[in-house]
Amino acid sequence: MNLAALQRDFRGWLVEGSDDAASRIGAAARPGLAVYQNNYRTQLVACLAETYGHTHAWLGDDAFLAAAITHIDASPPHAWTLDAYPEGFAVTLAGLYPDDGEVAELAALEWALSRAFTAPDAAPMTPGDLAAVDWDTAIIRFTPSLDIIPAATNAAAIWSALAAGETPSTAERLPEPAALVVWRQDFAPSFRTIDAVEEQAIIRCAARQDFTALCGSLIETLGESAGIDRAAALLGQWIGDGLIVGAGPD
Amino acid sequence: MTASVPTFSGYGLGLRKEHYRDFLETDVAVDFVEVISENFMVDGGRPRDILRRVRERHPVALHGVSMSIGSADSLDRAYLARLRVLVDEIEPLFVSDHLSWSRFEGFNSHDLLPLPYTPEALDVVCANIDLAQDVLGRAMLVENPSSYVTFDGSTMSEWAFIDAMCQRTGCHLLLDVNNIHVSAANHGFDPIAYLDGVPADRVRQIHLAGHSEGVDMLIDTHDRPVPPPVWTLYEHAMARLGPVATMIERDDAIPPLADLLDELATARVLGAVSQRQVAA
Repeated sequence: MNLAALQRDFRGWLVEGSDDAASRIGAAARPGLAVYQNNYRTQLVACLAETYGHTHAWLGDDAFLAAAITHIDASPPHAWTLDAYPEGFAVTLAGLYPDDGEVAELAALEWALSRAFTAPDAAPMTPGDLAAVDWDTAIIRFTPSLDIIPAATNAAAIWSALAAGETPSTAERLPEPAALVVWRQDFAPSFRTIDAVEEQAIIRCAARQDFTALCGSLIETLGESAGIDRAAALLGQWIGDGLIVGAGPD
Repeated sequence: MTASVPTFSGYGLGLRKEHYRDFLETDVAVDFVEVISENFMVDGGRPRDILRRVRERHPVALHGVSMSIGSADSLDRAYLARLRVLVDEIEPLFVSDHLSWSRFEGFNSHDLLPLPYTPEALDVVCANIDLAQDVLGRAMLVENPSSYVTFDGSTMSEWAFIDAMCQRTGCHLLLDVNNIHVSAANHGFDPIAYLDGVPADRVRQIHLAGHSEGVDMLIDTHDRPVPPPVWTLYEHAMARLGPVATMIERDDAIPPLADLLDELATARVLGAVSQRQVAA
């Protein structure tokens, strides 16, 4: 057996527990193969548990382990870094808990926070930087750690309660679909709930729409006075959150 | 062939998150620290900041777990490029990884899987080390694995394989003494023969660690103090190898830093005694 065939069979043993693969690897190897399979699965469960600590707490040990096993069986790791493995667990949970939307949303929030933790660095603009900006041509650039995830349930409130060591409230759907903006402030991953107007404003900026056009779209949506007020409020909020890392011509 | 890595004879610890504050805020008595490369091959955030600040205080060795130098389908070029960026920034004492494989045809086990010791595997490993050393612009240290299987097709001992690997690639060795003990117990070979069989002049670093006892074999858990048989083997190694860097490697059940410094003090004493005996 050449090396490629052996490694293919070893993968078959680890991922599928294939007895045929184990037999081909050889009699000398058979007694110790179980150690490798145990290491493989234990490490992936631990990786998911570390990333999804609050989802784990919300589901409980047995349900989380069952979900982890489902995910591991369906999604063998492929990236060079174990940090990438937790991606997609929310999709697995959505399939397992179709009537409990908060489960997948809680996991999606934890994954977004995990990504923000090691996102590229970028120095945020300060209030003092705003005076030098030519707002007629400025395009707002957000921190590379920024992400937006949909929120149809109170998963964010559940996350906050669990993070604070409090008993979370019962899961429920939000009166209206919202979104969460997730980013890293200094070294701390952060999030807050945003309404549809702010979500659209962030998406427009990320699509390189300039600030003048953004104001125009807000006026169109909210009316002249409210639109201008909202543009100013969003700018202040984003600066305060450390979301903006640049504002200049494209 | 890549230039040789200079000898460094200090004593160090693996940097673990439980001890970040100690290393950033106090004067920890180590000659170097070793970090898991992949934990810092990230775009930004706190990990990179911590590594930069630790690097200002200590020499740093980069120890990888994901290069997969035994992969039959070569190395991941994106991985190598990312590691090169970290190497250029940190200017490490050593860059090391394991004599094992973890990735094949898009699958990555994230475990240090064993290789058969065959001429074909030697060709694969040497080609991959050559590629890595070319991309990194420096010689690597390759660590001996602990293992739980042997293969029917193996035609040479692990130490003969390592000797040939060093000769062909110019790489150096990171000798994990605990791994030698674990594999020797699991596979029934003489650990002294192993130590005597590897090329002493290529060894640049030693790992010391503990293990646990499984049902039928020793398991390399790196989660407890260095046990007496590993200390004994370490004394033999130091007497044979001469001055090399030594490190306590704890990967799980991380104790207070003081406990690890106590173990490191033991290593310093045993290392010094072994060296004096050699000199006499």
